[in-house]
Amino acid sequence: MTPAKKVIGEIVFGLLSPEKIRKMSATRIITPDTYDEDGFPIEMGLMDTRLGVIEPGLRCKTCGQRVRDCPGHFGHIELAMPVIHVGFAKTIYGILKATCRACGNLLLNQKEIEKFRKAYEEVVRRGENTSNFAKEVIKQASKASKCPYCGKEKLPIEYDKPTTFREAGHKMTPSEVREWLEKVSEALGDDLKLLDINPKVARPEWMVLTVLPVPPVTTRPSITLETGERSEDDLTHKLVDIIRINQRLQENRDAGAPQLIVEDLWELLQYHVTTYFDNQTSGIPPARHRSGRALKTLAQRLKGKEGRFRSNLSGKRVNFSARTVISPDPNISINEVGVPIDVARELTVPIKVTPHNLEEMKELVKRGPNPKPPAGVKYIPGVNYVIRPDGRRVKVTEENANVVADRLEPGAIVERQLQDGDIVLFNRQPSLHRMSMMAHKVRVLPYKTFRLNLAVCPPYNADFDGDEMNLHVLQSEEARAEAEILMKVQEHILSPRFGGAIIGAIHDHITGCFLLTYKDKKFKKDDAIRMLSAAGYRGKVEDEMSGKDIFSKILPEGINLEYKAKACVGCEKCLKEKCPYDAYVVIKDSKLITGVIDEKSIGAFKGEIIEYITRKFGNEKAREFIDRVTKLGIAAIMIIGFTTGIDDEDIPEEAQLQIKEELEKAKRKIQQLIKAYNEGELEQIPGRSLEETLEMEIMRVTGRARDRTGEIASKHLGMDNSAVIMARSGARGSMLNLSQMAGCVGQQAVRGERIHRGYRNRTLPHFKKGDLGAEAKGFVSSSYKKGLSPTEYFFHSMGGREGLVDTAVRTSRSGYMQRRLVNALENIKLEEDGTVRTTTGEIVQFTYGEDGVDPMRSIRGKAIDVDLVLREVEHGK
Amino acid sequence: MKFDILKHKLVPHHEILSQEEVEKLLKTYNIKKEQLPRMLLSDPVAKAIGAKEGDIVKIIRKSPTAGISIAYRLVVKEII
Repeated sequence: MTPAKKVIGEIVFGLLSPEKIRKMSATRIITPDTYDEDGFPIEMGLMDTRLGVIEPGLRCKTCGQRVRDCPGHFGHIELAMPVIHVGFAKTIYGILKATCRACGNLLLNQKEIEKFRKAYEEVVRRGENTSNFAKEVIKQASKASKCPYCGKEKLPIEYDKPTTFREAGHKMTPSEVREWLEKVSEALGDDLKLLDINPKVARPEWMVLTVLPVPPVTTRPSITLETGERSEDDLTHKLVDIIRINQRLQENRDAGAPQLIVEDLWELLQYHVTTYFDNQTSGIPPARHRSGRALKTLAQRLKGKEGRFRSNLSGKRVNFSARTVISPDPNISINEVGVPIDVARELTVPIKVTPHNLEEMKELVKRGPNPKPPAGVKYIPGVNYVIRPDGRRVKVTEENANVVADRLEPGAIVERQLQDGDIVLFNRQPSLHRMSMMAHKVRVLPYKTFRLNLAVCPPYNADFDGDEMNLHVLQSEEARAEAEILMKVQEHILSPRFGGAIIGAIHDHITGCFLLTYKDKKFKKDDAIRMLSAAGYRGKVEDEMSGKDIFSKILPEGINLEYKAKACVGCEKCLKEKCPYDAYVVIKDSKLITGVIDEKSIGAFKGEIIEYITRKFGNEKAREFIDRVTKLGIAAIMIIGFTTGIDDEDIPEEAQLQIKEELEKAKRKIQQLIKAYNEGELEQIPGRSLEETLEMEIMRVTGRARDRTGEIASKHLGMDNSAVIMARSGARGSMLNLSQMAGCVGQQAVRGERIHRGYRNRTLPHFKKGDLGAEAKGFVSSSYKKGLSPTEYFFHSMGGREGLVDTAVRTSRSGYMQRRLVNALENIKLEEDGTVRTTTGEIVQFTYGEDGVDPMRSIRGKAIDVDLVLREVEHGK
Repeated sequence: MKFDILKHKLVPHHEILSQEEVEKLLKTYNIKKEQLPRMLLSDPVAKAIGAKEGDIVKIIRKSPTAGISIAYRLVVKEII
């Protein structure tokens, strides 16, 4: 890096004085008109050529330069009457409260002032913020009822947002305010610093404007529409308003118009100047465009997400990036990303030409920007640009490719198109954690979408319903090395969020492995060969293999594990190896002895085996295992065959009758409760009203009814049912989903209560007033399979709507919370000695996280897994 | 009767460091006093243990991650 030529020593913020504004002004602006009939800027108008030029061909009258070279120059408007600057209204209020109107002194006696002066020195010495100090001074001073110097009585000052001040109810004009402030700066002199004002660069009266600077035309360029019409910038519109009112005010005042009219115009001028600064000032309506759109004035240009800071300074658009739709490709590694040929041709990697690669580069450049690949190859990279040693950028075309290649010399840079193996960054918004942006190796592929392995969907939170992702090509050797070491997908298999695997098998991979390894399924030799070769296994295959043996083949050597699978139902007494559900996994010396492989073994977020391999053998081996196990899962599901349909939720007649009976029973129970309530026999729960007790009891009955129907339904849905297999293995869906589809949907709720809103004393006109029964209060006794009745459907929509609103509110709120956390914590760093410090070296934590454990290397948040260590010792390792 | 806040179960153990301990602490972390976290002189615990401005207080508390964690705080007068 080249050393900085200039070092910023300090920055001082101050106010512009009227003299300064006039001095830096290229011209005074007096006419609100912009262009004459010929489309030429009017002199002393808002588009005066002395303020800079925006049209090609014209020369700036101030600096004589043309469009791109002239930076633009300020102009000024002489205001007929002074107006308050909204941005300083609060500061003015503070000063008015703390000073005397007659003599301008602070309403503090000499002793107090002396005390504050000393304290001020101390605050400055400590290098702390002086704005809180000023608040304290104002608080103290505004307590006085009389000026200690001239004895004038202090009248209470009120502040009406945004720009009105009242003294004991009397409205002060900006002129009066200005005179007062003049007295203050006269009387206080150097003591202004006690009010957090630096007297060297700012005087309080400058906070009341008498001259308004007009920004250069280059900051508010007008656009010429296709029709030839000119459309002015919002700022120009606002300035036109200000000049118009200013003119009218001046004319009226000079003509001696009645006080009332002058005051009205004055206030109007105040309004326009206020909205010119900030069009979202609370308390006044925003100025609008003719179309009704609120104008974007100065504050709006800077503020918020679309403002200058967040969208142009903190964040910028970048080159060497691409964005397109993503789609799955189970045949590429998790470390890879499929890049469409069209994208690969556009993105480039710079390669420095040296004596060693000169010939090679010449051959590359000769290919031109769109080389024809040799037979049997789909793509070879070409060259888009060559940067010659003198810094000139030459576009390579088919015509000039040979010439450019021949002239190539060491020191030049060849911009080569992407090729297989290049390192790129891949990202999906919202980038909530570091796994949202990982490094992948390029695989150039046909068609138009980015391809990614299914196992990396969880960290990106991606699916393929139209998601788009971004890709960035690294441009320097250092960046590539850093990305490869720190950001490659395999480096993020374990998540620092919870110290477990975040990359792993999903959906069909899990179903496939589940079907393969469930109980003692046997496979013929050719099926076994097909599956194992798909999974990348090269070696001997026995004649008849069990699914568990097949799975064992892809496990790396040296694995000893014992845990309960996802399929575990949580029996009272665990039978361990003899589990009737085959849910107790035992892996001994990399052989799967008992247990079924499901979400708990290989799934993203849960995968025990993946976690174990990563910790014991490293990321490389884990990546290999994930690639293999996903392929094996897919091969298995294809050979065994799998489908799910609406008939998976079919249950026999008798079960339906049972469910119906259960629901009847629940409804009878509810009627009983209501009866007891009406007759006053209901036993009250302590701390609840009678009504609340009834509601709680009913909720309990409906909840139980849904669970019971679910139980009945699932009794008839066995492990031969695809939907059940998916739910039990953790591939997709849950038993609750199934019982709602086959049994009954259950009680709908809004705000945790049974549905009660709607008409007077009833939810819908289909019910009697005051009906407290199950149906009238949103109990859906139908199943999704059977279909909902109209009233049930309506209640279900009510509950569903609440869910949608909740998620919408939650995402926006948590997004803002996270933003605030990020802003507060972004400069805090873990030092080499284990302390957590700010940039100035102040200690935040004496040991990172109090225990100094890196969560990514922790075992689900704990420093060591005692059980695992014990088992390893047992196995004699 | 005044309640002894030091005996409350939510108040961790506080102690004032001696001169030698202070020097050792500052040396181990290679810091100046001002770089330590702070506690106010008016803090109820500071009053209870009789800390003076400029003292460094050692705080030993139970931690869900580490069992026991130790922190140090510099006692400062109220900031105006």
